[in-house]
Amino acid sequence: MATGRIVIDVERCKGCELCLEACPQHVIEMGNFFNGKGYRPAMLVDPRHECTGCALCAVVCPDGCITVYRDVPAPKAQPVLKGVPA
Amino acid sequence: MVTQLVEPTEKLVYQRPDSLAELYTHYCPGCTHGTAHRLVAEVLDELRLQNDTILVASVGCSVFSYKYFDVDAAEAAHGRACAMATGIKRVHPDKIVFTYQGDGDLASIGLAETMHAAIRGENITVIFINNAIYGMTGGQMAPTTLPGQETTSSPFGRDVRLTGNPIHVAELLAAIPGTAYSVRRSMHDARHVLQAKKAIQTAFTVQQQGLGFSIVELLSSCPTNWKMTPNEALSWVRDNMLPVYPLGDYKVPESLQSTKRGKRD
Repeated sequence: MATGRIVIDVERCKGCELCLEACPQHVIEMGNFFNGKGYRPAMLVDPRHECTGCALCAVVCPDGCITVYRDVPAPKAQPVLKGVPA
Repeated sequence: MVTQLVEPTEKLVYQRPDSLAELYTHYCPGCTHGTAHRLVAEVLDELRLQNDTILVASVGCSVFSYKYFDVDAAEAAHGRACAMATGIKRVHPDKIVFTYQGDGDLASIGLAETMHAAIRGENITVIFINNAIYGMTGGQMAPTTLPGQETTSSPFGRDVRLTGNPIHVAELLAAIPGTAYSVRRSMHDARHVLQAKKAIQTAFTVQQQGLGFSIVELLSSCPTNWKMTPNEALSWVRDNMLPVYPLGDYKVPESLQSTKRGKRD
């Protein structure tokens, strides 16, 4: 399963909670603080790294304040070739 | 010194489109105007049209859309966006001209301008936001208000014997020969938002190919005036608006039919 993370622009978020409903992994929660406009912004709460970077939250976000990154899997270790000069 | 190539550990999947200005919008929390803005901006980015596009903004909640899109724009008088877009497109036929209008603007005061722009077959694109209510003025009954829907000017529900039935703009304009592309989409969940984006992309492609008038009707929500939470409002769109306003392709140019045909649901 792919993994990823989202970055939420907390000052632009209006706390509409549409991303909470859209998130299939349920890793978005509303923050316990207020932003400059007086809204409680959404936050990624993902201690077990369950976010898949599916971007469904960003697709439904009316304020375009979610940026999504997906992890690139680490390249597999190259097999060690014997007898080949380095 | 040994330079070591660092493999990127993550890739960017989704970010705010460039055609959307870095501004804080005045829309209420959960209003799908913002979603529609973002979809149009994404399409302009993907088609690389940002520097060749002229927006004609309307009156209504979307009145400040000329600020929110990072494209050249003009603000039309109430309902006259299609008339203004006609003039701009005829002076600048090589530019992409689109209007962004709500239902109070397009379907009420501006219906004549919209109809005649379609009848003349003007090569412009119309993004039409249908939220079944007048949003900016405080939730009065609009031509698109559903039968029985309570608004501030129909507190006992819309009485169709007194005020008529809701207007179906996508079907109406599809009947006009000058219209090349007329579809209805919704924005009530992620799947439908992505379908709406494809329709907007096709509408701009229709204009690029010079096929004629193109309109995308987007079913939208108004949590504030419907007096619901944003998520309840989207459920209301799904449960109440979709039966009255069926989604679908009402007119698609033959050259685009095979690839762009959407499913009705």
